[in-house]
Amino acid sequence: MILVVVAHADGRVGRSTFGLIAAARQIGRSGPVTALVLGSGVAGVATEIAPYVDQVLVADREELAQYDPQVWAAAVAQIAHEGEADTILLTASRSGRESSARVAVKLDAALLEDVVSVVDRQGALVAERYSCLARVTERIEALSPVVVVSVKPGIFAAAEPTGAEPGEQYDVELAVPPARVRVTGKVRYATDRIALADADVVVSGGRGVGDAAGFERLVVGLADQLGAAVGATRAVVDAGWRPYSEQVGQTGKTVQPKVYIAVGISGAVQHLSGMNKSRLIVAINKDSEAPIFRVCDFGIVGNVESVVPAMIEQIAAARLSRAGS
Amino acid sequence: MRILAIIRQVLDAEESVYVDNRTVDLKGRKLVMDTMDEYGVEEALRIRERGAEAEIVVVGIGPARFEEALRSALSMGADRAIHVETDQEVDPIALSGVVAAIARKEEAQMIFCGGQQADWDSQALGAAVAEHLDWPALTWTRKLELKGTTLAGQRDAEDGVESFEVDLPAVVTTQQDLNEPRYPTLPNIMKAKRKEIRRETLESFGVALKVRSHGVEAQNRERLREVIDGRDAAAAASQLVAMLREKAGVMA
Repeated sequence: MILVVVAHADGRVGRSTFGLIAAARQIGRSGPVTALVLGSGVAGVATEIAPYVDQVLVADREELAQYDPQVWAAAVAQIAHEGEADTILLTASRSGRESSARVAVKLDAALLEDVVSVVDRQGALVAERYSCLARVTERIEALSPVVVVSVKPGIFAAAEPTGAEPGEQYDVELAVPPARVRVTGKVRYATDRIALADADVVVSGGRGVGDAAGFERLVVGLADQLGAAVGATRAVVDAGWRPYSEQVGQTGKTVQPKVYIAVGISGAVQHLSGMNKSRLIVAINKDSEAPIFRVCDFGIVGNVESVVPAMIEQIAAARLSRAGS
Repeated sequence: MRILAIIRQVLDAEESVYVDNRTVDLKGRKLVMDTMDEYGVEEALRIRERGAEAEIVVVGIGPARFEEALRSALSMGADRAIHVETDQEVDPIALSGVVAAIARKEEAQMIFCGGQQADWDSQALGAAVAEHLDWPALTWTRKLELKGTTLAGQRDAEDGVESFEVDLPAVVTTQQDLNEPRYPTLPNIMKAKRKEIRRETLESFGVALKVRSHGVEAQNRERLREVIDGRDAAAAASQLVAMLREKAGVMA
């Protein structure tokens, strides 16, 4: 059995989960593709995922309302063990990677972490992943029959429904341990803008935009015109101009949009590791020696204060003329 | 109380990566303590400086060269070090079993390690160690305070910043915003030379590797690198906007 742990938020299946299902189908191991839905009040999530899989296991429990990696890992491991799953797939989000590590220890299994490909070769799972701050691709092989795999989001194209009857749903019994970490408060990031991980276009800003007001005017201004997500470098986040949720790089988010527009970013390796898989990289920077120009597809050596407003103006004008015609 | 800080020695982030014979070539390159781990060493020291009575033991599992990184941690102020010496590439899950065994033997109450390793790009070690010990883990912490035997602070969750409380023992993973690691002073560097580094063999832990590496390949993604002069801002902007429309289908 291939167990796919469904990521969900606000009653909806997370986009990355459909990539997981695609990975599960391509892996080349036999057995039904089984979705596991953990949470509280998740009947809608189970129904949404059912057309994409052979069966759905649902643990709808109040104790699972809040995500706790230790509790979730215990639940996943118990179900994987009882269902004799040989392959357990999770999304390689931060929280997914945390619980994957725990599940692997619980099952005495190998962990293939944050993989971009995974396939069965004569019984052994072989995968590729990025390492060394995402500058090399490493090929790894699991040495145990049971394997936990966390799959990098955004790599596998979303699976289509199976076309057969929706997978049968089963409720599962669980012995859920109590959570030990007490969450005493939470400040949620504003979510009115498209999420970094889901965006086709990302506009990111570095220290070269001058200050917080410059960031708002240039980076957010351009992103608004393009319907893009907003990203930032560590320096900008450290300076307090932007929230951590927008940080792209080694200690922030990893993105791979169709277009990444770097505004006033010099291109430190820690930043590049978070965006160097973007399909097209555009850089605007006044320093022609900036490392970002060595990894970009299209660059403008110039003042962001004059180039970016000109772009904003031209895009707005093009849109107006189209709307008017 | 005893605090363990787990460290790795990795290629300095400013160094370029060269691949030779399917491995990252480290010969003659600048190697440093993984910065993510350094935040953990620093935080352990700060917990003690704020009044907690603690012995701080730094642990490294890796080749002989790791000693340099262990000495750096000792120069920062850690009390002693344990070096499990091996030339084998030990995957994070197998590694976590070794760390857990050391934690049990040392009767540790807290374990620090970096949120992500700069060589393996792995985030697994902290959580895996916690699972071996049946401890909670606080990952990606950005603020930490020890009140008696309760650890309180803030951490980065997927969708926001979480405030937490947890009773020790616990694993804590660290990152940039937590603190600013100190530079070792000359007297402390001298003092560190006399501090103990206990050597152990990997074999004595009976480790079974879970993952084997088949080697690495450099990523040679060809970029177009079409860089134009932006002194005429309007002209440059219009070239870029046209390119975005035609080549990338943006604003199509």
